[in-house]
Amino acid sequence: MTDLSSTPGTGKFMSIDALITAQFEQVAQEQNKTLAALQPETMLIESGLDSLCMAIIVARLEDMLGVDPFTAAEDVDFPVTFGDFVKFYENAATK
Amino acid sequence: MRRPSSPGSLWHAVAAAADRSRRSLWGAEASVELAELSERSSLGDGRDALCGRSVLLATVDQLIATLALIELDGVARRIVLCPPDLPPEHIDFVIAVAEIDACVVDRAGPPAHAERVGCVIACYPETRPAALATGDGVPTEWVLLTSGTTGLPKLVAHNFATLTAPIQLGGPLAQPAVWSTFYDIRRYGGLQILLRALLGGGSMVLSSTHEPVGEFLCRAARHGITHVSGTPSHWRRALMSPAARHIDPRYVRLSGEIADQAILDRLTAFFPRAGIAHAFASTEAGVAFEVGDGRAGFPAQLIGQPGAVVEMKVVEGSLRIRSPRTALGYLGGDDAPLAAPDGFVDTGDMVEQRGERCFFVGRMGGIINVGGQKVHPEEVEAVINTHPSVDMVVVRSRRSPITGAIAVADVVLKDGFRPDADAEMLKRDIVAFCRRALPAHKVPGVIRFVPSLDVTGAGKLARR
Repeated sequence: MTDLSSTPGTGKFMSIDALITAQFEQVAQEQNKTLAALQPETMLIESGLDSLCMAIIVARLEDMLGVDPFTAAEDVDFPVTFGDFVKFYENAATK
Repeated sequence: MRRPSSPGSLWHAVAAAADRSRRSLWGAEASVELAELSERSSLGDGRDALCGRSVLLATVDQLIATLALIELDGVARRIVLCPPDLPPEHIDFVIAVAEIDACVVDRAGPPAHAERVGCVIACYPETRPAALATGDGVPTEWVLLTSGTTGLPKLVAHNFATLTAPIQLGGPLAQPAVWSTFYDIRRYGGLQILLRALLGGGSMVLSSTHEPVGEFLCRAARHGITHVSGTPSHWRRALMSPAARHIDPRYVRLSGEIADQAILDRLTAFFPRAGIAHAFASTEAGVAFEVGDGRAGFPAQLIGQPGAVVEMKVVEGSLRIRSPRTALGYLGGDDAPLAAPDGFVDTGDMVEQRGERCFFVGRMGGIINVGGQKVHPEEVEAVINTHPSVDMVVVRSRRSPITGAIAVADVVLKDGFRPDADAEMLKRDIVAFCRRALPAHKVPGVIRFVPSLDVTGAGKLARR
């Protein structure tokens, strides 16, 4: 866990990992999706979330963390697993 | 002094009114009784200098603009009604396209562009005695400005006949009405109300650009307004003001934006003694129809009626209109023609039929493309506006690296809802509320609470 961020509204500090997990859970609930158990090796495509859910998560994380690694990335492989996704944000947030 | 001889001019219409003694135009700073205008002038000797010219009506004050309009229709060749929020960098463009060779200003002083026009005439709310003389009236072109897609305004040409064609005298207009509007009278929506007041035997309370809505409502209440118009955005803002309690209108009119069920219901509850009507009009197409049954949308039977005064058809989803009320054309040659060769004007407003009713769903150019699926911001706003905690909302497109775009919402909460720790709960509630009424791609992915939303000079929600 490389960075700490405050979660708007809660006043608590969460790791990026925990923040992302919470967003996956919340968006899944909002969109009536069944979320797979999130392990680092869980394939994003098998997480139970569709591209609309991912778009919402990316937008909200950008608001919380101030980074959108999908847009900022150049020649970087896009994440395939949940673990990749977390690392993608951790790397972007420490730059 | 020249007076228009043509009965089809604004001055003749005002002068012909049987009883002008108790009729007034009330501005924010001054007022004029209509009876004054038959023997007195607000332009004085300047009116002769404006005869046959193309006049930029560039006053700040709406009352002074109104007085100049009454005196110049049938005298000037062309009058360009310059709204107060026209960006200064667009003035040269307007002067060139409209071949402006004279300018009417108020006592706020000549604007920076006055030198380029040559003839600058000041107009005053204090009328001066003027000799009456009749001249050969010229058919004056009235030019209204609308915001073009390229950023430069479009110059839309009307005349007294096209502008007054929607106005049916008699009926509710027969009673002495005190009209008012949140619109500036240099916009089509405001001009329609001014013409109703002048032609229909009424008085009018004019708004003022920088006047806070609460002060305007108090002023309107003091003059006993009976008929009021504005956009749904104007009305949402007005209902946020405690001063809205002071007015007691008989007729409340909405136009310029989609009137959703939430705003119609709120106005019906707030003004139980008023008839609530929503009209569809555009500067180019003119007034098409008015709906008075308190329900959003309009009867589907209005579309495709052959021989109707206002003919309407829907092509590729957008409403097209042909009537004697449509504008004559655009000034300047670069824009696409205002009307198709068959005379129909494409409004760019998208219509959807559900059963016996048609509904406006949004603007042709305003669609948000969420991963290939279309979202009209207005239909999402119509849902969020019915949430009990919401006063106003704008839905916008936000770029997304995943789906190209997603819909996001900026929400103004009703007074009393001050979310702090509960903000996240309330956002989730609004999302769930949308989810029950809309497919997933139309539900805003991000909701922000904002203290207020911008409304453009035309009274519409600022979408960019």
